[in-house]
Amino acid sequence: MRVRSRRVRAIVRKELGEYRHNGFIIWTMAIFPLIFLIQPLVVVFALPASASNQLEHGHLLLYMLGIPALVPAAVAADAVVGERQQGTLEPVLTTPIRRQELLLGKALAALVPSVAIAYAVYAVFLACVGLFAQPAVASALLQAPDLLAQLLFTPLLAGWSIWVGIAISTRASDFRVAQQLGILASLPTAVVAALIAFDVIHPTLGLAIALAAALLLGNRLGWRIMSATFDRERLITSTK
Amino acid sequence: MARSRRRPTCADSGGGRDRGRVLAEVDHGEVFGFLGPNGAGKTTMVRTLGTLLAPTSGAATVAGVPLTSENGVEIRRRIAIMPESPGLYLRLSVAENLACFADLYEVPDPHDRIGRVLRAVDLADRANDACGALSKGLRQRVALARALLSDPQLLFLDEPTAGLDPAAAREVLQLVTALSQRGVTIFLTTHRLEEAERLCDRVAILNTTLRTIGRPAELREQLFATTLTVRTLGALPEPGRVFAGLPAIDSWRQDGPATYVLAVSDQAVAAPAATRALVAAGAEVLSISQSHPSLEEVYLQLIGQDQEAGQG
Repeated sequence: MRVRSRRVRAIVRKELGEYRHNGFIIWTMAIFPLIFLIQPLVVVFALPASASNQLEHGHLLLYMLGIPALVPAAVAADAVVGERQQGTLEPVLTTPIRRQELLLGKALAALVPSVAIAYAVYAVFLACVGLFAQPAVASALLQAPDLLAQLLFTPLLAGWSIWVGIAISTRASDFRVAQQLGILASLPTAVVAALIAFDVIHPTLGLAIALAAALLLGNRLGWRIMSATFDRERLITSTK
Repeated sequence: MARSRRRPTCADSGGGRDRGRVLAEVDHGEVFGFLGPNGAGKTTMVRTLGTLLAPTSGAATVAGVPLTSENGVEIRRRIAIMPESPGLYLRLSVAENLACFADLYEVPDPHDRIGRVLRAVDLADRANDACGALSKGLRQRVALARALLSDPQLLFLDEPTAGLDPAAAREVLQLVTALSQRGVTIFLTTHRLEEAERLCDRVAILNTTLRTIGRPAELREQLFATTLTVRTLGALPEPGRVFAGLPAIDSWRQDGPATYVLAVSDQAVAAPAATRALVAAGAEVLSISQSHPSLEEVYLQLIGQDQEAGQG
């Protein structure tokens, strides 16, 4: 099966266009990053220089991986149930688009803004820490391996979170319920990120490679499983 | 459910989904009406032929392609479906909606094509309006433009005027007429009988199974005897003596104080004979006219027969 990129791009463009005009999605995309930005900044600014020794043993930056764990699931929860509720799913399914293309388009449309927002928040956080935190605290926080892990794991976590959100969206009958369930289902990955950030789970290169491989596999399987179980008939005829 | 004489468009036998046996062919360039009460299976038939639902039995050819799950993409490439609800992205503009579907159909030169279909539905000046700001009638026209984007061989219109006010419905029907004049094969489901009578070359009446199929005029002739309606100035004292025994008149009944309806087998024989008999009886004849039962009467008779059979 060959994926036609033009059809995938059409879905991505359409979804991004819809997000632009959807206040609920915009709020969802804004609220989590703000929480994940403001709370640690307040803590970091209050830290004295003497706290830097303790910070060197932690990986506080990785705490912000909660953004790609939670935001995309909330956005992707709209992907299918939102179209069903609007009555727009049937016209799309009457076109030659394959379910793999439709789902890939939906996933990419949720991935692009989620990753962009996460990177933007990291940039703001790093800039604020660099400019306003105690220099010793800033140098303890800004560790190259943590930055690299954050850059690499953000799209991987977001991808996984999106497939979870889409899986819920195809089964749900209401967008808000889907969104709440999506966030709930993504909490375990956010918790793992937090445990690593606070050194409860000690991060090693081996662990990072294993987690990255697991997420890559999960994303690939997520697409395949969702495509295989995407039931046009139930989505069109079922009222639930 | 149709097959063109030049090229197969769509044929179905065995009941699109599980709706009993349906057997019909739709010719290339024909407007084929599919009539039936709510729950008769019209939308299910369209969805099945449009590969949205899997058929549970039977076989069909849609736009020259056998209806199988493997052929879904190929069939959907050749057809377009306008569902009962327009299903537009209300936050996006008309042009954005059409651009999305042009890409889904992989239409070459989409910008030009969008301009053409917008002109075809007389919406060229509304391209940048948000669909949510349009009236129901205009949204239906956008949905029709969307269905025309891919220049389909076969266009399914599922209740295209449902929920529209008379003026908006008339505009949509004028567009459908224009399409049929351009040679687009149209499969129209409706329960508005007057629009089916006006638009369709042939109609099928469905009530879970196919009850009948034919041209509206043929159906009327098949199901109803031709009648002559005679109006006189005053009531005839003995109408039975006037009409009994006349050639080509099978029966008669009184339908008002001075109106008589004659069931005739041959109008050309019956009308002069009835006129002569009325004049001979001293009746003052106001008019003798042929009555045409409407498609609605055909429909109601068939559906009525089903209901009686169900009760029996």
